[in-house]
Amino acid sequence: MSGPTDGAPFGRRLARVAANERLGAYNVLRVADPAMTGVLPGQFAMLAAAERWGGGEDERPFLARAFSVARQSGEESSYVLEDVGPGTRRLCELRAGDEVWVLGPLGRPFAAPEPDAAGMRRAILVGGGVGIAPLAILQDSLGADATTVLLGFRDRERVPGAELLRGAELATDDGSAGHRGLVTELLERELVADAHAAVYSCGPAGMLEGVRAICERAGVPAQLALEAGMACGFGACFGCVVPRRGGGYLRVCVDGPVIDAAELEHVEAHAGAPE
Amino acid sequence: MSVEFCGLRLAHPVINGSGTFDAIAARRAFGDALAEAFPFSAYVSKTITLEPRAGNPPPRLWETAAGMINSIGLPNKGLAAYLAEDLPALAGLRADPAGSADGERAAVPVITNVMGSSGEELARLVEACDEPEAIAAIELNVSCPNVKTGLDIGADPAQLQSVVAGLRGRTAKPLIVKLTPNAADVPACAQAAQDGGADAVSLINTLRAMALAPGAGPARPWLGGGTGGLSGPAIRPAALAQVAAVAARVAVPVVGMGGVQSAAHARDLLDVGATLVAVGTESFRDPRAGARIAAGLQ
Repeated sequence: MSGPTDGAPFGRRLARVAANERLGAYNVLRVADPAMTGVLPGQFAMLAAAERWGGGEDERPFLARAFSVARQSGEESSYVLEDVGPGTRRLCELRAGDEVWVLGPLGRPFAAPEPDAAGMRRAILVGGGVGIAPLAILQDSLGADATTVLLGFRDRERVPGAELLRGAELATDDGSAGHRGLVTELLERELVADAHAAVYSCGPAGMLEGVRAICERAGVPAQLALEAGMACGFGACFGCVVPRRGGGYLRVCVDGPVIDAAELEHVEAHAGAPE
Repeated sequence: MSVEFCGLRLAHPVINGSGTFDAIAARRAFGDALAEAFPFSAYVSKTITLEPRAGNPPPRLWETAAGMINSIGLPNKGLAAYLAEDLPALAGLRADPAGSADGERAAVPVITNVMGSSGEELARLVEACDEPEAIAAIELNVSCPNVKTGLDIGADPAQLQSVVAGLRGRTAKPLIVKLTPNAADVPACAQAAQDGGADAVSLINTLRAMALAPGAGPARPWLGGGTGGLSGPAIRPAALAQVAAVAARVAVPVVGMGGVQSAAHARDLLDVGATLVAVGTESFRDPRAGARIAAGLQ
């Protein structure tokens, strides 16, 4: 949660899979990777299986895939995967002992809440689907007592993802757990009760746009961890851009992935190659 | 294996393709290790234009079988800001000693790539790049398939020769013409560049390509720019054929590129007559690819 780091090790490295466990519709991939020690909440890594990366659907994947670090326990990093394409599918297949290419930690992390005249703002973590990942390591850093956690999932199969965080209040599209409806409705309720808060959010673009708009109306600072298809992860390809408020574009990989909501006019639907 | 190219002494024959490596952003991501072990023996900038450009609307990428299509649209901060801000930040890069025979950390010269929509614009760009000592050579983008202006100049030999001839007298620095592969007769374009006074040619740029948005409904391009450029190992055999044909046609040195992932691929391009090899898309997957390939060529 400090300022810029000295940077990631220059070059990708081979690391060994420690475990790859099902968590409802998700997988939690654990990688033994000492070079990731010191990762900051919100940072990500580019992952690619060392073997059979390619030759799947449409002869893909070809490029590495970007994943937020969900947890760092000593020298072991965790990532949350959902099988949505040939890249994530191949990573979901990996077993303990397999090797994976890792490049990272990359990108701009979450910034810690700053006290204002009225004291410390309450941290509200708002996650949706696989976007819960960076909120888990953020909660590890801030402490469970200091955070209110609101998580949204599509259905019953995805609800187990909530186990990655402590004390989460849930919303589900199908009503299988918690509030039936959108997690942003829970956020509105929280901010009506107490708007002296700072919001940290990650999830699908539609949810993030809801969070952005709600926080803007409430005058609450929000940091959004964005997702975009990217080729490189370190600013080389210029492929992962999102429109910046006032014109031009931000590169999600180096200007983000955590971007202050004030820098965005709106969050657009996922703009990148399918994973 | 150090190599001479247009009067420049380079630590090894592996450089980057324009627009595939942002040394300044990479230094932010990887710290000083990047500057002290730079993967390329020369650094080719992203394309610089007179005025700033935001680039194309997203989506800008599509993954293909063994490659990718990009439609980036040449975002850059414009000539003045490039010279004032970026060029000083590019000083002090040292080549990764793993790539050079004598283990020396050689200085990495900067090659500035420019694009203009007319001979007049290009003249202003070339003259501005002639002044700073930090620019070792100039590469002309007459081939970017993402921008309407570039394509026409580079695809027509007569027009290309006249544009290059109009620029030749404006700089004593090496002038490299980056050829477009989307032309009927690429060796004729290379010959035209040479006849216009180019010191070298580089090829291939990306091949014009398209992908449709997934899902039902009427056909709609996925990329915000409509079409884009195909790169990666998918284009390697096409690149080898074009580099071989051009190297057989012209006397000036050739920078060969297209889908290079390994020293063996680089060796193929050198064997058909390239003096240097450029790496592009592979750096996205492995940012140290250039040094790895250079080391493999030892």
